[in-house]
Amino acid sequence: MSLHDQTSSSFLPMIKRSVIATIIAFFLFLPTLGIKTSASGGVDGLFLTYRWLLLAIGCGLIFVGRIVYELFWAPKDGVQKPAKAQFGLVKALGSAKVAKTIGPLLLVFAVAFPFLPFSDRYILDLGILIITYVMLGWGLQIVVGLAGLLDLGYVAFYAVGAYSYALLSIHFGFGFWMCLPLAGLLAATWGIILGFPVLRLRGDYLAIVTLAFGEIIRIILLNWRGFTGGSNGLSSIPRPSFFGLPFNQDPGGFAATFGLEYSSMQRIVFLYFLILALAVFTFFVTARLRRLPIGRAWEALREDEIACRSLGINTVNTKLSAFAIGAMFGGFAGSFFAAKQAFVSPESFNFMESATILAIVVLGGMSSQLGVVFSAIAMVGGVELLRQLQFLKVIFGNDFDPSQLRLLLFGLAMVLMMLWRPRGLVSTRMPTVFLKDKKTVSAAMISQGRG
Amino acid sequence: MAQMSNPLLAVRGVETFYGRNQALFGIDIDIHQGEIVTMIGANGAGKSTLMMAICGVNRAVRGSVTFDGKTIHEMPTHEIIRLGISQSPEGRRIFPRMTVYENLQMGAVNSAPQYFADDLARIYALFPILEKRHAQRAGTLSGGEQQMLAIGRALMARPKLLLLDEPSLGLAPLVAKQIFDTLRELNKTEGLTVFLVEQNAFHALRLASRGYVMVNGRITLSGTGAELLDHPEVGAAYLGGKAH
Repeated sequence: MSLHDQTSSSFLPMIKRSVIATIIAFFLFLPTLGIKTSASGGVDGLFLTYRWLLLAIGCGLIFVGRIVYELFWAPKDGVQKPAKAQFGLVKALGSAKVAKTIGPLLLVFAVAFPFLPFSDRYILDLGILIITYVMLGWGLQIVVGLAGLLDLGYVAFYAVGAYSYALLSIHFGFGFWMCLPLAGLLAATWGIILGFPVLRLRGDYLAIVTLAFGEIIRIILLNWRGFTGGSNGLSSIPRPSFFGLPFNQDPGGFAATFGLEYSSMQRIVFLYFLILALAVFTFFVTARLRRLPIGRAWEALREDEIACRSLGINTVNTKLSAFAIGAMFGGFAGSFFAAKQAFVSPESFNFMESATILAIVVLGGMSSQLGVVFSAIAMVGGVELLRQLQFLKVIFGNDFDPSQLRLLLFGLAMVLMMLWRPRGLVSTRMPTVFLKDKKTVSAAMISQGRG
Repeated sequence: MAQMSNPLLAVRGVETFYGRNQALFGIDIDIHQGEIVTMIGANGAGKSTLMMAICGVNRAVRGSVTFDGKTIHEMPTHEIIRLGISQSPEGRRIFPRMTVYENLQMGAVNSAPQYFADDLARIYALFPILEKRHAQRAGTLSGGEQQMLAIGRALMARPKLLLLDEPSLGLAPLVAKQIFDTLRELNKTEGLTVFLVEQNAFHALRLASRGYVMVNGRITLSGTGAELLDHPEVGAAYLGGKAH
């Protein structure tokens, strides 16, 4: 009986809240669901088609959804639900032990990946893409996660790396392994060039300047036609070879030398292992750097710049080294990108790329290397997954293209993240130093009467 | 107390500005080896500004600062610190997301690695609570513990001169007293030279061998700690108007 009373007394407010939600949804859906624009070839420009039924369905779903939410999940008035325990798995990722088990498992999986039965060319390409973003994420993590310098123009270094490889290999005929360090060096130089003017900036101001820097690089690439090919980009970039053996059908090619049957997959598998090796290299270097004094100085810089100065840390060098090393890995990844695509154009290096890489770092939890892996899989793999959701066409009609919903779902994922895990997937920061003898030392001190 | 040797730190006629506003007017200070010297003054008197001027964060526009025989007022901050001046800045400024141990490591960035274990043991002996909390995030420490950590971190650099900016800020009187006691002990046993900037004039003057009083960017009084404690102006302005 009491249950009944409670339900009836909270019935009206519940309906009221649902109606409000529906009204908000109406205005949000009006331009997205309610109006369809179609370009006509003629002079008239855009045609508007109104889709009232779809709009009504959308609003109805929100209304019903809100009521269902109120009935089953919403905290009851006056009764605070105890804070939910964090999702077991996600929380476990933060602990050192679990990270130490999952990391090697992931690596083993990544190595075995090309040989798994379902790995066709498409899956491998996706794998390459994801690992590229993991690598970029780790690179940016040095700047954003460790040193706390918000960099919105990271893609500039990716571009510098890509164009370095493209230009060096086209004009000088340098091979991939020769270009890789040069591309990293050039990107690092640009990192320092960016770093100098922004030494005094932090937070929002830094973000704006780095954003502009990213655009400057892109616009230079777009307009310096004689050097970069402008919007046409640079094509016919030499592809990397396997220690001098090209992946082709020639008698001197990779397949012929090893007595294998030629297959275009060999090149993909090689590229896959190439980026995997680069990513693993990035991982070990960044993991090591964190434990070195320079890594701790980056973290200290993020925590408190004034305190850093008062401890005698050279903040100028610390910042510049973060920019340079972060940029270097961006350059490596860019170099790989150019080698893989055999074509670069400024289109590949727009702000959306920077935003994606930054989102990967933020979603991953700023300072967790494992977090970056998971968020890269979610961000890059998730978008690809959308393309696969063809069954949605059965529901929404044949014109429906699920990959168009990419940004919508991206936004939704961001909102959900901010609600549930505002500090990223793996938000705990692991100390860089573990003391094995901590208990014995403490006990000794206590027994001496100092504890 | 006659001082025959050259001062460890000599501040001569230092003037600093914030934009066009002058903050310090011709400050002269001497700190000798093994002394505890305190600077008391109200909010905004310029005490922390002087601290920053010594460390080269906020540069002296006129005047000079010499430390250990070297002119330092034109050096970059990190080089000044490397000469053996260690600072525990105002508001503690520990690294909140790093552990206690890592914070102490940060203090030792400029000292030779072979000293680290000894120095750490020494800090843990001074502040045993830090050892208990060594794997804990510094941000989760209490105010007093954070202050101990800030001082410990500064000591990890093996300073010749320790600059402390308001170590008693926001601390319970008992905790503040404990920190001042530790400073006295350090001074007595190791001969550590301390320059202490404080609003808590009573404790600071009792601890210090000499003191300066700063008002609106000028030094108005100086003398031994006991002299200043008994001085009627100091009593009226900084010691709650106690009759002396």
